[in-house]
Amino acid sequence: MKIIVCAKQVPDTNEVKIDPVKGTLIRDGVPSILNPDDANALEAALSLKDKNQEVNVAVLTMGPPQAKEMLRECLAMGADKAYLLSDRAFGGADTWATSTTIAAGIAKIGGADIIIAGRQAIDGDTAQVGPQVAQRLDIPVVTYVQDIEIKENNAVVKRQLEDGYELIKVKLPCLLTAVKELNTPRYMTISGIVDSYEKEITVWNHKDINLDPKDCGLNASPTQVFKSFTPPKKGKGKIFKGLPADITSKLLAELKENHLI
Amino acid sequence: MTIRIIENKCKGCGICLNHCPFDALTMENSLAVVGPSCTSCRVCIEKCPFDAIELIEVEKEKVDLSSFNGVWVFAEQRNNQLMPVVFELLGEGKRLAKEIGTELSAIVCGEDLDMITKELLDYGADKVYVADNKQLKNYRTDSYTKVINEAIEKYKPEIVLLGATHIGRDLGPCLAVKANTGLTADCTEFEIDPKDKKLKQTRPAFGGNLMATIVCPDHRPQMSTVRPGVMDKAVYQKGLTGEIIKLNVVFEKNDIHTEVLDIVKTIGEQVSLTDAEIIVSGGLGLGNSEGFELLRQLADKLDGTIASSRAAVDAGWIDHSYQVGQTGTTVKPKIYFACGISGAVQHLAGMQNSDMIIAINKNESAPIFETADYGLVGDLYQIIPSIIDSLYK
Repeated sequence: MKIIVCAKQVPDTNEVKIDPVKGTLIRDGVPSILNPDDANALEAALSLKDKNQEVNVAVLTMGPPQAKEMLRECLAMGADKAYLLSDRAFGGADTWATSTTIAAGIAKIGGADIIIAGRQAIDGDTAQVGPQVAQRLDIPVVTYVQDIEIKENNAVVKRQLEDGYELIKVKLPCLLTAVKELNTPRYMTISGIVDSYEKEITVWNHKDINLDPKDCGLNASPTQVFKSFTPPKKGKGKIFKGLPADITSKLLAELKENHLI
Repeated sequence: MTIRIIENKCKGCGICLNHCPFDALTMENSLAVVGPSCTSCRVCIEKCPFDAIELIEVEKEKVDLSSFNGVWVFAEQRNNQLMPVVFELLGEGKRLAKEIGTELSAIVCGEDLDMITKELLDYGADKVYVADNKQLKNYRTDSYTKVINEAIEKYKPEIVLLGATHIGRDLGPCLAVKANTGLTADCTEFEIDPKDKKLKQTRPAFGGNLMATIVCPDHRPQMSTVRPGVMDKAVYQKGLTGEIIKLNVVFEKNDIHTEVLDIVKTIGEQVSLTDAEIIVSGGLGLGNSEGFELLRQLADKLDGTIASSRAAVDAGWIDHSYQVGQTGTTVKPKIYFACGISGAVQHLAGMQNSDMIIAINKNESAPIFETADYGLVGDLYQIIPSIIDSLYK
C-alpha cells in the first residue's frame, strides 16, 4: 500500500510577535516547524506502516529549498521517501494554485492508495488545500479525520464535527485530512536521524511535474492579497490593583454605572 | 501580478526586508530579491523610500463577469435544523446584495425541506434554491459538491457565502475547484468596492497576528467561508414571500463514493458560546480543571456560560467545544471575563469584539490587559469569590 503525506513547513505562529512601534510582524528568530496537523497526518501514515511493513510512506511538500529541513525531520520520524516541489514559479500561490501543484506532484510520484494531509496549516488556517487536491485528482475526500481504520478497499473514518463525529466509509484511493485528536506524533529517534541522511530528498521544479508556469504560483491564483495590516488594538482600559475586596467593589461600581449589571 | 525590484533604484537599505510579513525578501549583493513566499501583498511597495519596488500585471484569461449576478448563501442544515451561522450569512448577504443592487438567495440541500424553505424566506431570502433528495439528507462532500456546483453553473451567482463550520470548510474548497474560482477562508469582514462592486474579503492570517484583505478580481463567483459568530443575524419577519426554485437532482452510480454510517453526538448539548451574552473564560492561570467550577458559579450568577483559552483545552481541563479563539469559537458577548488568560493573539482573535472585556490576572504585564476595558490585577481565586459575594448582596 502506498501512502503520500502532504506536509508544509510553517513559521511557528505562537512565536510570532508584533513590533509595538511599527505594527509589523517580527519574524526574526521565529523557528520554522513541521505544521502541527501535518505531523498528525504523518503519524497516521507511520502507524499504518507499523502494522503492515508493506506500507510505503512518502512525504510531499511545496516550498523553498529550506523546506528540506522539515522533510529530513519527516524521514527521521520514519517516512520512506521525501519530495520537495520547489520553483520560483510556484511562489505566491493561493490554495487554488497550490492544489494544482501538489496534485501534479502526486501524479508524478504515481499516485497513492491513501493521501493524508493536515487539516490546515497554522500560517494560513484555510483548510482548503487538502480537499482541493482531492478534487483535482478526482478522488473522494474526508476532512477533520480523528480516527482511521482500513478495511479492504475502504477506509472507515471518524470525521470530527463541532458537537461529535460522523462515521464515514470511503472508497480508496481517497484523501483524508488529519486533526490533532487523531494521534500523538512520534519523536525522531537517534537512529532515525542517522538513517534520514541516507535517504534522498527528490526536488522537482515545474518542468519535472509537467506544469506550465502560467498554471502555477501567483499567475494561476484567482485570489489576491489586496492589502494586509495588523489588527487595530483596542486602547488600554482601566487597571485596578490592591485588595481583592476593594478592586471588585470598584469594578462593580463601574458596571452598575454603565447599567451592565 | 508579481512584485519586481527595480534594480537601478534599489539602494539595498533593507527596509523592505524588515516589513515583509511573509519573509519573502532577501538581500543579495546589496539588492533586494523577491523569493517564492511573496504574495504580492504590496507592503514593501509602500515602505520602500526609493520607489524601487513595483507591481507588474500579468495577462490572464478573462471570464465574462457581467453574466454573474446575485448573492448566494449556503443554508447548512443538520438534522433539518438550520445552523445558527446561516442567519448571520443571510444578514450579511442582504447587506451586500443591497449595496450591489442585487438579490439575496439561499441554497439548501436535504430531505423534506418545506419548513426550512419557509424559514429562509422569513429571514429575508429573495429566492431559495431547493435540492430535496433523500441522498442529500446528511451532508456528504461528493453529493453536495455535485448538486451545488451544477446550480452555480446554471444560475451564475456573483458571490457565494458559506459558514466556516466543519461542513462549510469542507464543501467550500471543493466547490471552488469545480467552479474554477477562488475561495477566501474564515472571513470576518466584507466590503463592497464602491467603484466596481467587487467583494473585499478580510480574514485573519498568521494565527490572528495579521489581517489580510483578499480580492478575487477575474473569477466568479467570489466565494468565502465566514466565521460563525461574527456577522449580525438577519431579522425574522413572519410571512415574507419569495421565489422557490426546485433543483433537479440526479445521481449517477459513480457520483458518490462515501457513506455516512453513523452520526454521534459526544456533547449532550452544543455549547452555545456564540449566543451567550456573558462569558466567563478561563486559561492556564486557573491552575487546574476544578478552577472552571468557580468560573461556572460566576457564570451561573450572571446567566452566562463558561469558556476557555486553548491552553486550558490543551492541558486537558475542559473540552475543545468551550475554546474561544482563532482555532476555536469567535464570540462577542456583552461582557467577556478573561480569568487567568494571558491574551495570546490567537485568543484575542476570537474575543476582541466583545462589548466589554474584563481581565483578571496575577501578572500585571500580561498582554490581556492591553485589550481589556477593565483589568483586575490579583489572584483570581480571591477576586472571583469576592465578585460572587458582592453580587449576592
